[in-house]
Amino acid sequence: MQATELKIGGAAGFSNDRPEGGIGLAQAFAASQEPAVIIFETLAERTLALAQQAKAADPQAGYEPQLEDYLSPILPICLKHDISIVGNFGAANPDAAALKISVMAKARGLGEVRLAKVQGDDLLAGFKPRQIMDWLIDGEDSCREDNLVSANVYLGAEPIARALAEGAQVVVTGRVADPALAVGPLVNHFGWDWDDWDKLAAATMAGHLLECGSQVTGGYFADPGFKDVPDAAWLGYPIAGINADGSLVIGKTPNSGGLVDRRTVVEQLLYEIHDPAAYLTPDVVLDLTSVRVDEIGLNKVRLSGARGKPRPKMLKATVGFEDGFLGEGEISYAGVNALARAELAADILTRRMREFHPDCRMRTDLIGLSSLFSGDAAKAPPLSNAEPQEIRVRLAVHSQDPEPAKRAAREVTALYCCGPGGGAGVRTRVTPRLKTASALVPREAVHSEVSFMGGV
Amino acid sequence: MPECKTVPLYEIAHGRTGDKGDRANISVIAYDQDHYAVIAEQITLERVAELFAHRPGVEITRYELPNLWALNFVLDNVLEGGVNSSLNLDGHGKALAYLVLSLEVELPRS
Repeated sequence: MQATELKIGGAAGFSNDRPEGGIGLAQAFAASQEPAVIIFETLAERTLALAQQAKAADPQAGYEPQLEDYLSPILPICLKHDISIVGNFGAANPDAAALKISVMAKARGLGEVRLAKVQGDDLLAGFKPRQIMDWLIDGEDSCREDNLVSANVYLGAEPIARALAEGAQVVVTGRVADPALAVGPLVNHFGWDWDDWDKLAAATMAGHLLECGSQVTGGYFADPGFKDVPDAAWLGYPIAGINADGSLVIGKTPNSGGLVDRRTVVEQLLYEIHDPAAYLTPDVVLDLTSVRVDEIGLNKVRLSGARGKPRPKMLKATVGFEDGFLGEGEISYAGVNALARAELAADILTRRMREFHPDCRMRTDLIGLSSLFSGDAAKAPPLSNAEPQEIRVRLAVHSQDPEPAKRAAREVTALYCCGPGGGAGVRTRVTPRLKTASALVPREAVHSEVSFMGGV
Repeated sequence: MPECKTVPLYEIAHGRTGDKGDRANISVIAYDQDHYAVIAEQITLERVAELFAHRPGVEITRYELPNLWALNFVLDNVLEGGVNSSLNLDGHGKALAYLVLSLEVELPRS
């Protein structure tokens, strides 16, 4: 049991985040010499299905593609200054990720790293697809056993805390609940009990604020004239200081751009929250309805009052399925009467696709007038009457068979010669699709494991 | 009866969309605590539902968070299958908070 504050830095909010986040955090923690952990959250819902496919094609792949960019610059600093690193960058292949990290450390002359792997999230390793299908709580008819590619349950923080208690310097996980990346280090640091719901709630709130990296430090926030962000090209990454009583102060790396204030914190606090009185995680049910948010200084916000309720009996899993192909094409029209030419182009594309592939799901967009707000079947009313000077037409077609998706791309390209006047800037793309569904798995069916690289 | 002026919601509030599967949440957060009551009174479930009427099957729940000066709207089926299934360029629904912020509110003239 330790009573001193623990600092946790959120170095990544998704697979394609900026590696400079971790570097800034490692330097800040090395300078401050306080107990500190750096966490990386790199798994969106679909990322694991893609990683599972990568692993199927190459047994040494299937972990975070930016792993080396994220870790290589910070490993020497973190090992020297006793800063732990916890990340779900193991994705579908924590074994290969751990091997990669040990190779990285040797190449930099760092010797042996105490490297823990947290596993047990991959349901395909322990259960037949039939059983996994029985656990699904949603998903369409096209979610079947024969196109199932991944099934990963969200593990809680306990194995992470266990790995750190056993001296891990780096903890590599696959799927864990995002906030668990912070809850594990906090429980290990303060020695909180696994049924101290209010403490686990506070830790979960800290993890939730950190798990999207710069989304709490001025990223995904700027709106010029309304919400201005200083030095927005060089955002700092978040640092939460958590105390033994569960109160926390959130700030950011020194000498960086961005900002932390009541607005950035509340936007991120409610991000991906459904019922604010019951945010379900494997470790605790978090209640945000009594949380207090106070600005206590420049780029310093204090949060308190998170309440916890007992953890749910069932664990959530995300199941990935192959889902055919998406064909897309775009072409632009500009200047006088651009809108009429764009509408004609969309009409031509619709008529031709309906003729050749009447059963395919498809939509057209007039980007610049109505696209993001529109539904697949119906347009949203434009927010302005002003006619745009440029319009980009988009066609999107989903098909199980590759041919209709490929045709969608060809039909847009053909508008160069065969469409309305002045069509310009065609880009097309045909990509395989993955869809996800959710499952609820009885907690007792899931067994998390902690192992150390080299068995030491 | 006090005089009122009409302002767009985005002048007094900000917000963010989050997504999980085929469900999105949209927060609407007052910049100023004094505006929370106006927002809570006028940004109703019905008005938000109207904005999404062109998307079939959308079901909306509204939560009030006076401690955070915020409302949280949870929209089921709004993403037409979710990011991995929708044909929308914005399958996550990331832009949708700005649709809600385009609503207008009546503010008492002070």
